[in-house]
Amino acid sequence: MSDTATTTGRAPSVYVPSTDALATVLAPGARPPRPNALSASLTFGWRAMLKIKHVPEQLFDVTAFPIIMVLMFTYLFGGALADSPRDYLQFFLPGIMVTSVVMITMYTGVGLNADIEKGVFDRIRTLPVWRPAALVGMIFGDVLRYVLAALVILGVGLALGFRPGGGVIGVLAGIGLLVVFSFAFSWVWTFFGLILRSEKSVMGVSMMVLFPLTFLSNVFVDPGTMPGWLQAFVKVNPVTQLVASVRAAMSGAPDASSTMWMLLWSAGFVVVFGTLTMYRYNRR
Amino acid sequence: MSRRTTGPAIEADGLTRSFGETRALDGLDLRVPAGTVYGLLGPNGAGKTTAVRVLATLLRPDAGLARVFGHDVVSEADAVRARVSLTGQYASVDEDLTGTENLVLLGRLLGLRKPAARERAESLLAAFGLTEAADRQVKKYSGGMRRRIDIAASILSTPDLLFLDEPTTGLDPRSRNQVWEIVRAVVAHGTTVLLTTQYLDEADQLAGRIAVVDHGRVIAEGTPGELKSSVGSGTVHLRLRDPGRRPEAEQVLRLALGVPVQLEPDPVALTARVGGDGTDLDASEQAARALGDLARAGIVVDDFSLGQPSLDEVFLALTDHPAVTADERDEQLEAAR
Repeated sequence: MSDTATTTGRAPSVYVPSTDALATVLAPGARPPRPNALSASLTFGWRAMLKIKHVPEQLFDVTAFPIIMVLMFTYLFGGALADSPRDYLQFFLPGIMVTSVVMITMYTGVGLNADIEKGVFDRIRTLPVWRPAALVGMIFGDVLRYVLAALVILGVGLALGFRPGGGVIGVLAGIGLLVVFSFAFSWVWTFFGLILRSEKSVMGVSMMVLFPLTFLSNVFVDPGTMPGWLQAFVKVNPVTQLVASVRAAMSGAPDASSTMWMLLWSAGFVVVFGTLTMYRYNRR
Repeated sequence: MSRRTTGPAIEADGLTRSFGETRALDGLDLRVPAGTVYGLLGPNGAGKTTAVRVLATLLRPDAGLARVFGHDVVSEADAVRARVSLTGQYASVDEDLTGTENLVLLGRLLGLRKPAARERAESLLAAFGLTEAADRQVKKYSGGMRRRIDIAASILSTPDLLFLDEPTTGLDPRSRNQVWEIVRAVVAHGTTVLLTTQYLDEADQLAGRIAVVDHGRVIAEGTPGELKSSVGSGTVHLRLRDPGRRPEAEQVLRLALGVPVQLEPDPVALTARVGGDGTDLDASEQAARALGDLARAGIVVDDFSLGQPSLDEVFLALTDHPAVTADERDEQLEAAR
């Protein structure tokens, strides 16, 4: 395509590198001090927000999916397990909120796996910033998604008749505990996102872990009717501890023991899987 | 300027790195003087990208040592990262984000405050002719524009060493020329550039020195002139009208040029390298003489050309194997990942 041929339409302006213009941007300025760990992480969090802005479809899984989960299980089990769906909801809503949000955490791994295949991660990894910042920032962005999902579920729950005894403070505390756990749990998926070959395999592994973890818990029913061996698993399941502590907070009677266990689990996830993730990230 | 050191920009000794069974780097040695464009020339799968990834701290070598401005790429990776920038073979900016957002993001990560980062992004976009596209997502850019935003992102920090991994592969000639101009400007301002390429003419245009890489090691090194004269400064391609006269033509050419003549798979084609001492005049004189001799022998030539040796020919001369087998190697590498 020659320049003279472009007479119709918006003529694409042809770029001619100008030595002067290049000279001004190439003149080495003073190098600013490196950003600290928090500021670098927040900048990567900003990247995650920009991506949500440009690709809003990715919010589908934190809006539509949780609504379906709440409606489906409330009316499926409500009449059978409690006197009415509305009665069941008082017990069930904190549980389904935990289930939905914990399930959404797997997208952290899926997203990282897709991201790392692209060249942009090469550039990010050659930047002289705090090493975990890119991943921490990514999870900050995801935390926003968790909060959104939790609020959507709360909204649906309130509309269906969920009346938490803990009031606004109790509910916010419950969501806060859930977000803390989900942030910590996301590190499990960053690790799998780095070691597995494709998005599909990340998805597959996530489902294999998440289904037993969320269903073999106290989310749907009281574990009292389960066989002993299953109760043993349910009891140590971190999701059980999380649901117990969220449920207690929302009902207005915070439970110190389950909250402590759930925080210990969270710390464990960050320490173990955060370390494994960074090891893989540096050695890729 | 104190941060530009006088020592070499890159020193690498015996770098090796394997992916599964494939040795991507097999004892690579490199010494890149500061303030120049240095070309790594080789076919796909020769190990160029792996070398760049090791030197840019993205990949650890299995063995060997590499220093960038005196800093070890493994034990002092952070010090290396503070002074280098990488433009990878594939887009190394975020395609979902706009041009401005990408550059502001990087500016912030390099420690600029928001207004300063915006200002820097704006002047970079202007200098690279991307002002109009500033608020468009990079995935909507053309190939040439993508390369430019990539390079703009790389020089945001005015690095001391810039890695350009095949910066013009897949670009149209005009975009390629733009990239060449930019590279010249970058090196004129004191940044060392390590450029990988598959094209001899690109290395010739830009690089002060070239290392030819094959099977993960450097098989020849020198200025473009030195390399070409080691291969012959030009190649004569001939096509005859009558395939039956090819043996005769081969003899005439061999006598006229004093070099071995290659019979191509095409039954009417012959190739020979000319101008062994590296002067172009010499090459064209020899070629003209050979053409005259053929005419006097009554052999009709349908097609004649004199060109620079291609990478394939350099390869053939240096390794006795053609560069094309590299594709298979590439697939192996891909599978090994």
